Amino acid sequence: MASSPKLNSKIPEGTIENKWTKYRSTVHLVNPANKRSLEILVVGSGLAGASAAASLAEMGYKVKVFCFQDSPRRAHSIAAQGGVNAAKNYQNDGDSVYRLFYDTIKGGDYRAREANVHRLAEVSGNIIDQCVAQGVPFAREYGGTLSNRSFGGTQVQRTFYAAGQTGQQLLLGAYSALQRQVGMGAVKLLARHEMMEVVTIDGKARGIIARDLVSGKLERHFGHAVLLCTGGYGNVFYLSTNAMGSIVTAAWKAHKKGAFFGNPCYTQIHPTCIPVSGDHQSKLTLMSESLRNDGRIWVPKKKDDNRKAIDIPEEERDYYLERRYPAFGNLVPRDVASRAAKERCDAGYGVGTSKMAVYLDFAANTERYGKIEATKHNLHNPSKADIIKLGKEVVKEKYGNLFDMYKQITGEDPYEVPMRIYPAVHYTMGGLWVDYNLQTTVEGLYALGEANFSDHGANRLGASALMQGLADGYFVIPYTIGDYLSEEIRTKAIPTDNEAFVKAEKDVQDRIDKLFAIKGSKSVDHFHKRLGKIMWDKCGMARNKEGLTSAITEIQQLKAEFWKDVRVTGEANEFNPELEKAHRVADFIELGELMCKDALHRNESCGGHFREEFQTAEGEALRDDDNFAYVAAWEYKGDSSFELHKEELKFENIKLAQRNYA
Amino acid sequence: MSHGNMNLTLKVWKQKNKDSKGKFETYDAKGISPDMSFLEMFDVVNEQLISSGKEPIAFDHDCREGICGMCSMYINGRPHGPKQGVTTCQLHMRSFKDGDVIVVEPWRSAAFPVIKDLAVDRSSFDRIMAAGGFVSVNTGNAKDANNILIPKPDADEAFEAAACIGCGACVAACKNASAMLFVSAKVSQLALLPQGKIEARERVLNMVAQMDEEGFGNCTNTGACEAECPKSISLENIARMNREYLVSNALSKK
Repeated sequence: MASSPKLNSKIPEGTIENKWTKYRSTVHLVNPANKRSLEILVVGSGLAGASAAASLAEMGYKVKVFCFQDSPRRAHSIAAQGGVNAAKNYQNDGDSVYRLFYDTIKGGDYRAREANVHRLAEVSGNIIDQCVAQGVPFAREYGGTLSNRSFGGTQVQRTFYAAGQTGQQLLLGAYSALQRQVGMGAVKLLARHEMMEVVTIDGKARGIIARDLVSGKLERHFGHAVLLCTGGYGNVFYLSTNAMGSIVTAAWKAHKKGAFFGNPCYTQIHPTCIPVSGDHQSKLTLMSESLRNDGRIWVPKKKDDNRKAIDIPEEERDYYLERRYPAFGNLVPRDVASRAAKERCDAGYGVGTSKMAVYLDFAANTERYGKIEATKHNLHNPSKADIIKLGKEVVKEKYGNLFDMYKQITGEDPYEVPMRIYPAVHYTMGGLWVDYNLQTTVEGLYALGEANFSDHGANRLGASALMQGLADGYFVIPYTIGDYLSEEIRTKAIPTDNEAFVKAEKDVQDRIDKLFAIKGSKSVDHFHKRLGKIMWDKCGMARNKEGLTSAITEIQQLKAEFWKDVRVTGEANEFNPELEKAHRVADFIELGELMCKDALHRNESCGGHFREEFQTAEGEALRDDDNFAYVAAWEYKGDSSFELHKEELKFENIKLAQRNYA
Repeated sequence: MSHGNMNLTLKVWKQKNKDSKGKFETYDAKGISPDMSFLEMFDVVNEQLISSGKEPIAFDHDCREGICGMCSMYINGRPHGPKQGVTTCQLHMRSFKDGDVIVVEPWRSAAFPVIKDLAVDRSSFDRIMAAGGFVSVNTGNAKDANNILIPKPDADEAFEAAACIGCGACVAACKNASAMLFVSAKVSQLALLPQGKIEARERVLNMVAQMDEEGFGNCTNTGACEAECPKSISLENIARMNREYLVSNALSKK
């Protein structure tokens, strides 16, 4: 298989260990005087956006940052809980850059680009150094060194953390660095602004149209380069662990302007989320993967067992992950754990009122921690109650905020009874296709963090999203953007009365007018919920040809109905959350169709993409490396029309193998 | 669509924009389930308003899991409502009774002007952060992370201060609309860590100066901020900031 001529991944020559070092030392530079006249627009202020904006401004570029929230600190990276991976080998347990590289490729079910993943592993250590220097309060040991915990898909402890609020602390670090540049005048911050369109001139990205969400006015902004750091699109499913404002709009606009969309069907369903409780629910809440390190997952051995969890004796419990995967046990990757939970529930072993949940139990580890504490405190022959009390204190220190959140949402106390959990949509590995420089198929248009497709293949390992977002922003784009901008030093700022800006703004205005003109009978949320149901039922944890085929038709019908019958209240020139949602849901509907088409074309199972027709005798994902070892990059060709381009994935350093966690 | 069996009366502040005068409007919230969050209850009410052709209630929200700090409203006179240690999005309707009348207002502070209904402008917090809420270290300047050893109690204390979500409940709770708890949490976090000590003096002076410029009031030690903070940020941070400020101020005048 040869890659499509439209896809030049620009992977540097050389051995895997030397590619990045050599490339970084030879990529073109922009001298400091020229940097001052080059403008970069950064859309999104999460880990990728904030770190990129701060770093580029420190280097001397003129930067504008756009975020739809009232402050950059609210970006959804803030909600990441468990941790950030780095190959520091502080635990002396055999970790290395190679091992992180290997775990990530294998965890992604051999559908990621080797060169990008190796670079990610190489810079992972720098991320921890940078964050500590900024004052990020990571968890520490009594000797003052940094602490680590375990995450899925790996047998070393390489995850750095700050209780269950790691994303918050890393984002506040990047936000601090960003605000420092704002204070110095190097970054202009435009909060409560949403990107509505990319402006291209002669095939190059030259700016954006943004809507001031307070006044409702459309604005034109010029940039020599545009960076989309706009996160993932899990909310296409309506219910997900994403924030309400986590949307695909910026990426989708870019897609319609020529940026290819990579592997849209690769969706991560996270195994440990609080189950759905009713049809009023607006979002699902994650319980960090780090809990799987200290908890044990089980269901009753008996079908429809209605006893309380504590009344079910040890020998009548099925610790199905430990049974099926003894080598990794509860720490198998997310896709494997999610499917195993679905399998047990579908077979009738689920727990709780809905029977669509499994237990995550901390009793054994609470006791183990209690015994360690008792020994530390020289308590001889402590009572069981004392041990449990001491153990609970340790659990509280590690996961207190998560336990509180669980109790608040469910009304049950997880210190006393096991949590009930079920898989939920969490992350999207797919995203805008980018080359080694993180540039999309549109020159001057870049995608960073979850918004790109690049590093996680068909399944992301836990604690790797924070790593990738910060790697892209702090340590990749500051170098790779030079390759493009060094050629742009003669380009003067283009006045925004240029016809391309005028037309782009008019297109946005026309769409706003069109939405208001419908005056239909159903709310935006009504359509979003229906889209979510189609996607979850037919393009969710398990997919098949028949379901996907019918989903595509249903989504096309939903789209037609949306544009005939949606009701958008209020006016255009004011703060209007309903109008914002209408734009976003219209884009989600179009994306949903592409996701189903991508899932339908990929006649194999890999990572989070599980096609029921393609599985091993044990029910594991069955890849077809001969025919599908490629990135599917889709080109927009007009309404409901997409053309497939393939980027061949070459595995030169890691041997392709059936994933085995048993 | 019915969800549950609670029926409530809402009195909600409606205000078209920052220049217009607002007033309370009364809405019925019918068929509410005790498992809904407060914001999901709003979703139900808004859905009913839209289907009857009326304008929905505008409010800020995003993560809906208590960490982004976006949601911001007084519920029956208390920031984030009646429960301690939770944000509005994590407040569930089981905290209310069938038949309750619930009064909902936006944050009230000169430094947080109303944008629409319950949404306010908190960009003053961003400007305070830009004045000094950081360690001045450029990307690429860091040494190996374990070369900076930090005693665990200091790291834990810094972490507790850093848990602030910047929602503004402390300002809303304070009769003087003081932002001392917010500012002191960041000053404390960085003052407790060796990385932040180097510029601790300028930091506290600059952040406090910006806080005053934004129009926040003075602290009179009532402790309302700590009581209403959804992340239980401690008043000790204010005491620490006052010490830092006095020393820095005295030294800067020498």
